[in-house]
Amino acid sequence: MSPAVDVKTLVIDDKEVSARAGQTILEVAREHNIYIPTLCHLEGISDVGACRLCLVEIKGSNKLLPACVTSVFEGMQVSTNTERLQTHRRTILELLLAERNHICSVCVANGHCELQSLCQEQGVTHVHLPYRNPELPVDASHERFTADHNRCILCTRCVRVCSEIEGAHVWDVMGRGIDSLIISDLNDPWGKSSCTRCGKCVQVCPTGALFDKSKVGSDHPKYPDFLPYLNLMREAR
Amino acid sequence: MSKLKLATVWLDGCSGCHMSFLDMDERLIELADIVDIVYSPIVDAKEFPDEVDIALVEGAVASEADEHKIKKVRAHSKLLVAMGDCAVAGNVPSMRNPIGPEAILNRAYIENADCQQQIPCVVVPRLLKIVRPIHEFVKVDVFLPGCPPSADTFHAALTALITGEPLDIPALTRFGA
Repeated sequence: MSPAVDVKTLVIDDKEVSARAGQTILEVAREHNIYIPTLCHLEGISDVGACRLCLVEIKGSNKLLPACVTSVFEGMQVSTNTERLQTHRRTILELLLAERNHICSVCVANGHCELQSLCQEQGVTHVHLPYRNPELPVDASHERFTADHNRCILCTRCVRVCSEIEGAHVWDVMGRGIDSLIISDLNDPWGKSSCTRCGKCVQVCPTGALFDKSKVGSDHPKYPDFLPYLNLMREAR
Repeated sequence: MSKLKLATVWLDGCSGCHMSFLDMDERLIELADIVDIVYSPIVDAKEFPDEVDIALVEGAVASEADEHKIKKVRAHSKLLVAMGDCAVAGNVPSMRNPIGPEAILNRAYIENADCQQQIPCVVVPRLLKIVRPIHEFVKVDVFLPGCPPSADTFHAALTALITGEPLDIPALTRFGA
């Protein structure tokens, strides 16, 4: 006999929904077509709650919680789109734009960038904060790909896909806070690293930070949807 | 009814926003029925007029002259529109910010010059250390991102601003559009 499924009932934006114990708010919301914006989340790899775009309000808690790493509980009441959350989301996007050098017009990902479309969707038409204008490296040592740290938002999708799916763990994060930098191996040039040249990190990168050298202009759509299928195939074996 | 006074201003940008404005083509004729273009790189006026209803500003603030100009434009305009990514966000002109103006001037006028190596210091305005969007200097009423905003975006935005109808900018354009 299979064990009984542990069902939790909760309310998301005045909609009563049921979920399995251990599911995250984001999973349950998506199952019920309730939209919560995300950036670091990606179907097929683990969640880290890095970008904070999926913050939601939970009744009884004075903290905002990231929907991608918060499990549901019985009687939970979730609001996903209050004015307060909308303001915070716009501020988060503005902080990302101000932190590094995001010059959309000359970016290889222009028109295919998740940061860019989220700004449009959330109504960010300008940045209220002063730009930091940091001087950042561009690593073009790899024969097929380039890492442009000017466009990196430190979502760590590349780190996770390389470690969890490819099993190579070439990418990781060096430094702390605003000085953090994505590095290959022990801060070696990408072209001299233990990279397997699979290109998964390029496909999952939401911006123009990791790109294929064969792409020019703004002709660089990315296809991260292969991940859930790849996982499914591996489970089936 | 007297016509609305429209001005367009060119700071540190490539003039692409003005080109796109002109791409409104025959719709410019309709526009000319309701507005007078009182100041613009494409008309003769040399001084910014005292009273302007709508000022469209292209370009970022990159020099002392730009800073002086944007303050003057603000003081004499009822509605100031940041036109395009340079005015809105700094865009390409701001790409010199991480390395500073000295490095840029050196590369252009010393390292790459075959003869007469010298950095221009008279007539041309002095560059600011950091190129910044115009809202870091003056209050901006409307932000119209895009590189450049399309002619349709200009038409829709100007129509809304002139008639006072609501204007949904993210539905029209975005950074880099």
